[in-house]
Amino acid sequence: MIVNEQVAIDHGLKKDEYAKICELLKRTPNITELGVFSAMWNEHCSYKSSKLHLKKLPTKGKQVIQGPGENAGIIDIGDNDAIVFKIESHNHPSFIEPYQGAATGVGGIMRDVFTMGARPIANLNSIHFGSPQHKKTKNLLRGVVHGIGGYGNCMGVPTIAGQTNFDSSYNGNILVNAMTLGLVKKDKIFYSKAAGLNKPVIYVGSKTGRDGIHGASMASTSFDEKIEEKKPTVQVGDPFTEKLLLEACLELMAGDSIIAIQDMGAAGLTSSSIEMASKGNLGIEINLNKVPCREAKMTPYEIMLSESQERMLIVLENGKEEHAKKIFDKWNLDFAVIGKTTKSKKIELYFNDEKVANIPVNTLVENSPMYDRKWKKAKLPKKNKIKKDDLKNLKIIDVLKKVLSNPNVCSKEWIWQQYDHTVMGDTIQKPGGDAGVVRVHGTDKAVAASVDSSAVYCWAHPLTGGKQVVCESFRNLISVGAKPVAITNCLNFGSPENEENMGEFVECVQGIGEAAEYLKFPIVSGNVSFYNQTKEEGIKPTPSIGGVGLIKDYQKMITMDFKEIDNIVLVIGKTEGHIDQSLFARNILDEKNGPPPEINLFNEKNNGETLLKLIDSGYIKSAHDVSLGGIITAVSKMCIKGNKGIYLKKPKYLINEIEYFFAEDQGRYIIEITKKDLKKVTDLLNKNAVHFDELGTINENQLFINDKTKATINELITSNTNWLTNYMSK
Amino acid sequence: MKSSVITFPGSNCDRDMDVALKKFGFKNKMVWHNDAEFPKSDLVVLPGGFSYGDYLRCGSMASKSKIMKSVINFANSGGIVMGICNGFQILVETGLVPGVLLRNKYLEFICKNVFVKINNKQNTFFKNIDNNVLEFHIAHNEGNYFCTKDQLKEIEDNEQVAINYCDKDGKSEEQFNPNGSIKNIAGIFNKKKNILGMMPHPERMIDPSLSGEDGSLFFNNLINNLK
Repeated sequence: MIVNEQVAIDHGLKKDEYAKICELLKRTPNITELGVFSAMWNEHCSYKSSKLHLKKLPTKGKQVIQGPGENAGIIDIGDNDAIVFKIESHNHPSFIEPYQGAATGVGGIMRDVFTMGARPIANLNSIHFGSPQHKKTKNLLRGVVHGIGGYGNCMGVPTIAGQTNFDSSYNGNILVNAMTLGLVKKDKIFYSKAAGLNKPVIYVGSKTGRDGIHGASMASTSFDEKIEEKKPTVQVGDPFTEKLLLEACLELMAGDSIIAIQDMGAAGLTSSSIEMASKGNLGIEINLNKVPCREAKMTPYEIMLSESQERMLIVLENGKEEHAKKIFDKWNLDFAVIGKTTKSKKIELYFNDEKVANIPVNTLVENSPMYDRKWKKAKLPKKNKIKKDDLKNLKIIDVLKKVLSNPNVCSKEWIWQQYDHTVMGDTIQKPGGDAGVVRVHGTDKAVAASVDSSAVYCWAHPLTGGKQVVCESFRNLISVGAKPVAITNCLNFGSPENEENMGEFVECVQGIGEAAEYLKFPIVSGNVSFYNQTKEEGIKPTPSIGGVGLIKDYQKMITMDFKEIDNIVLVIGKTEGHIDQSLFARNILDEKNGPPPEINLFNEKNNGETLLKLIDSGYIKSAHDVSLGGIITAVSKMCIKGNKGIYLKKPKYLINEIEYFFAEDQGRYIIEITKKDLKKVTDLLNKNAVHFDELGTINENQLFINDKTKATINELITSNTNWLTNYMSK
Repeated sequence: MKSSVITFPGSNCDRDMDVALKKFGFKNKMVWHNDAEFPKSDLVVLPGGFSYGDYLRCGSMASKSKIMKSVINFANSGGIVMGICNGFQILVETGLVPGVLLRNKYLEFICKNVFVKINNKQNTFFKNIDNNVLEFHIAHNEGNYFCTKDQLKEIEDNEQVAINYCDKDGKSEEQFNPNGSIKNIAGIFNKKKNILGMMPHPERMIDPSLSGEDGSLFFNNLINNLK
């Protein structure tokens, strides 16, 4: 095939990008080379629109071993233990083919983690769907949940937490973000940097097929009416092979044979080989005839661009080939020496004794495009004037029941019951709490993780929203008694070529950066997913934040269920009555305008750290952060989980009852303490200048509000649990 | 007491079972499916997981593994064998216990705590357990036990039903059946009661910080009965 500008454009490259390739090579690329460039230079692999802004994020910290730039980030949790973790999107494939898209998303992120030598110990996910009324939503939800479960369950890695949201902006672009945590010994971490000349380059795992060709390019454009034609770009997952690959890799890693290892993810053999060569400042020579192929007559172009799953590329020490082969034979996996490292600093591909590609590595990596895209700053929307008379007519229990059964608040048990969340025998907090918690096997330590997004706040004001979602992650970890350590982010946005979408990205990233910096909660890994839009319709800006925290003594972990009758319930943090952009305003008053709640980073840090001290002193019986739906929703969930009631009282504030109970002011937590500890706890809160209100005492099974209105906890359970099950069984 | 846990390609509860057995005093060895023999053992366990990816019928490939010849001989000569979840599916495929395991009635993987009623205590597995009801944990996609009418009669006549799904008071009714299994069956014995296959995972219930502690009760009792 003759390569020209039109062929390059069909590969998703821009005119000037193609011109630059010709200039760098000082000739016209052949079709294989063009394929390689298009794979490396697309948005998904090159971060060309986001790099400039991502550089500004805080990525360092006392506990950070590895920040962004490797397969995953790594934090130190003491005693030579380290946690490897990352979140990644698989949005486009999941919309085209929900089961395989979601499954391979989970498979891909686990591979990123075990590539570094870590055994995966927990999976999480953040999934966003269109309006429940949209005709595609139900099938997409079912397919995605089956896919996530199908892969994770088979791998034997517990899925310990997640979040599911519905919003019509995802009607044409769902989001599937998968996160994995792995455990590794600090002195047994593996990296992707090749080193040494003439070292064997090894291919292991599944055979290469024609699936997923151009997957990364597909993820770098918007959808249109031809979406069905894109099905062949979706990879097909095989979790059984991945389980074997995991065990085989860990077995090989126990010795000292491996110099560098890299999984074949997006852009398959192309990006993995180039990544290793680039990091090691070396060249790589590959004989494509040696690559194990699933189908006959695959071309070099197809072999290089295939995104077949469950494959790894390894640079071995000389003379270790036999030893390595034995291990992969034992696990019935393909093993082939396909090339070697060279000093050429080029990627040189051979096929049928012919050189089919010859590209300097730096042209693909360092010389890849970087854009300073135009972006538009968002204005802070004006506050709404909510008429007090509108609120007077509302019955608080009716509103509460509506809020509890709202698709974004209701129980997601239908989903997480389909995920094995207890395998590996260390899950001490299962899904449905503020964060999932797994013990570090055989120790007193535990790791907490949660994943959060607040698209509505980010949409209303990206800078505030970006800060908020980091704070929310911080609060979720603290609520289970974990000290927040670091985060991974998955930045899901519309087209970077649209100034407003790009502005949302830039300002969300700025907000994330500011909050992460202030809270000493650095970003150690992540991924950007642009072009989440169908034709002109983009999603709400949706950065997902995966937070990881450490609990030194797992016996001190906190759960959110109310524990004991007569215990006292407080809310930490000040309630100002911020209703704009709250679930209440948007869904009950149908008011979609106004600014999101303000973030005060000093209060966030101070409130959170004070609560951690209270937890450490053993005063806290249960805790839960206040988020969607405000105080009364948070308290109700604690009632539901603990099957207890509460006498709830509004303190003598100037704001009215509805505002007090449904406002979404930030930096707040509900805590349960015993009567005898009340003075000690309030003294400590006062000493640290933390505002609190006393909300009431726990009773057997009824919710009273200011002694008047009431509901039984069973009624609340019904409101909270039925929506999703009913929706899915219709 | 010595035990062996067999690891098949795709087993993923093998380590959990190893941890549990050791916690309650077994000297456990992990055995590779491709070995011909396992060490001298008082108990052999086929653990949960997705042997061979469950790509054919669950358990069918693993039931033909090299090691299974020895396991079958051991079982036929009265050795104590336990198959959990995928291990139960493997046992069914070998014919050591009767019946088959179909896909769950609602076609969804299910992971949650369940109650099971002990139906027969005249055996090594449940002898001397005071409780009549245990809280166990299930995590499976194919746990819907099924057999023919004739088989069911034979199983019941021989008191081969080990445990049934029930509520916390031991009421074994349809509404407490998580997967559609016939007669709420969660686990069965062979005729001689030296082989137990069951869907629930007692190894996930061995610590107050986990889902519960009825697994501890089960393993403690098992090792005492073997002594």
